[in-house]
Amino acid sequence: MESPSSLPAGDLAVAREPERAPESAPAHGNVPDRAWAVLLTVLGVGVLCVAALIVSELWRIGGPAIAHAGLKDFVTRSTWDPTRDLFGAAPYIYGTLVTSAVALVIALPVSLGLALFLTEMAPAAVRSIVSFPIALLAGIPSVVYGLWGLFVLVPVLRKDVEPLLGKTLGFLPLFQGAPIGLGYLAAGVILAIMILPTITSISIEVLQTVPGPLREAALALGATRWEAIRLSVLPYARAGIVGATMLGLGRALGETMAVTMVIGNSPTIRASLFAPGYSLPAVIANEFAEASGELHTGALAALGLLLFAVTVLLNIVARLLVRMSRRGPARVRA
Amino acid sequence: MKPTILVAGLALSLAGAASADKLLINGAGATFPFPIYSKWFSEYNKLHPDIQINYQSIGSGGGIKQITERTVDFGASDAPLSDEQLQKAAGLQHIPTVMGAVVIVWNLPEVKELRILPQTLADIYLGKITRWNDPALARENPHVKLPDAAITVAHRSDGSGTTNIFTDYLSKVSPEWKAGPGRGTSVNWPVGLGGKGNEGVTGVVKQSEGSIGYVELAYANQNKLPTAELKNHDGHWVKATLAGVSAAAAKMPMPDDYRVSITDQPGADAYPIAAFTYLLVYRDQQDTAKGDALLKFIWWAEHQGQKDAAGLDYAPLPASVVHKVEQTLKGMTVNGKPVLASSR
Repeated sequence: MESPSSLPAGDLAVAREPERAPESAPAHGNVPDRAWAVLLTVLGVGVLCVAALIVSELWRIGGPAIAHAGLKDFVTRSTWDPTRDLFGAAPYIYGTLVTSAVALVIALPVSLGLALFLTEMAPAAVRSIVSFPIALLAGIPSVVYGLWGLFVLVPVLRKDVEPLLGKTLGFLPLFQGAPIGLGYLAAGVILAIMILPTITSISIEVLQTVPGPLREAALALGATRWEAIRLSVLPYARAGIVGATMLGLGRALGETMAVTMVIGNSPTIRASLFAPGYSLPAVIANEFAEASGELHTGALAALGLLLFAVTVLLNIVARLLVRMSRRGPARVRA
Repeated sequence: MKPTILVAGLALSLAGAASADKLLINGAGATFPFPIYSKWFSEYNKLHPDIQINYQSIGSGGGIKQITERTVDFGASDAPLSDEQLQKAAGLQHIPTVMGAVVIVWNLPEVKELRILPQTLADIYLGKITRWNDPALARENPHVKLPDAAITVAHRSDGSGTTNIFTDYLSKVSPEWKAGPGRGTSVNWPVGLGGKGNEGVTGVVKQSEGSIGYVELAYANQNKLPTAELKNHDGHWVKATLAGVSAAAAKMPMPDDYRVSITDQPGADAYPIAAFTYLLVYRDQQDTAKGDALLKFIWWAEHQGQKDAAGLDYAPLPASVVHKVEQTLKGMTVNGKPVLASSR
């Protein structure tokens, strides 16, 4: 795939790369082809069935709890009191969205800058040296991120970063209050580090598909390097970058272990990023094993359903964004 | 390709069946007693190589669910079942195995010893006492200079038996706590930061100066954390020791189902935040071989097994409770026939 133009697309007979081999199957006859198609269809439908089963099962367990609280109250109330069977999910939804937003705000510029640097500016040797540790970041288990966050990041945030932010940007409600360390900010920063490799590596792939002549044309017209990136490279790759961001966002929304270790686990809604909060996956993981009754278990399953709904909703938004911003053939879908 | 997978799967399941000539007993439940249970199972397996006990520490809630549905041979729980839960599992017997306790830890570099009154502890967790130099704390600690600093409260964020014991204690000593957050494995905390597991709470406490938290005694002992002295029911200041925990259950008249809270009990040495952990076993066992082996194992655990407790930082059952459990076990049956009637 390094140089698509050197390979006459469509002429499958001359394609000798092993990954093209399955596509040449039709030439050998119809039976294996049909069998292959049936197998793939079964597997594809199977995936849909699993998703449907998850939703229906969550609904079966969680439905009574939603009915008990009322759907509107379940989503909008902020009291979560299992001993009294009062279940309001608002703090968890809020915490999930806020931490993911913080993560995106931090990770997106860094990832995009990194991807642009590596594809547009850095020599090939640097690219391979830098992209290896980025790929490595993606392989670190989330509990390790959580431990690192708790023992390294949180003290730094509490002693240095949060007091500094409070002093300089303290007029914003976002940066007010006592610096505790554990809270939305810590969770957001950890998530940013976790989704950075996803966004960066997919963006690199996408940027590499931008045809050289586009760039050269811009440069030939007298554009500076930055103008060439801004006017010809980024518009071409925009849809793919949105897709990469959505994949990163998906990971941030669902991350459980690392978040629960640094977010403070307090079901409250606060404007300040310094305050402790809670997230949907974290509360499910925390309370499920020792849930005290049918309703409590049900409410946790309903939270799972909510998380599913939030993810689906954001994916739909992402699809629309991709469709709206589609310019070039680079299409990475979330 | 598909037939190959099928054949391979069949071969695997056959191999699995062939190796299962041992008697395999399955259990599931509480995580708190897992270290001692796994020690017991391996010791017992050495004594009786034909019996293997498999235990999944999935949490008390999961253990109760599985034994209610009879998908395991025994369950385990830190908190006794509620009447409602017990109705769904008719004939289920609680059997206390060992005892645990919850201790108070704090982080003030200057302060090496701390005494806390029950009411003061409740007020701290209610968010009514917010500073370390509050008169309620200063009065009981005249030899210690408590700083003018905010108290950061830490609690468990995961549902846990530890939280259940701790909130049970707070409910007993503070009517306001009972009417407010109440007792449970997860409660609506008025203030504080949540840490996941004992290590999470310890992490919060160790890192935040001026914080206070609660953890299991075993965890505090293994990590050499200093623990606070509490005033017990008889008005004595006590530190958490294994003997003090055992003493908490010694004076109490035990009901036949052992479903009893032993927090804040009388006794000069009794440590006030203590609890049993239980095995959950049906009084009449359906499977002859398994039931026989299971009851004999429990008998062993209640006697020889108790000697392993202290080494793993669990408090052994007091003699009075062991004696009562003996009577209970003798009354239990396998297909209607008692197994341990003549055991001593």
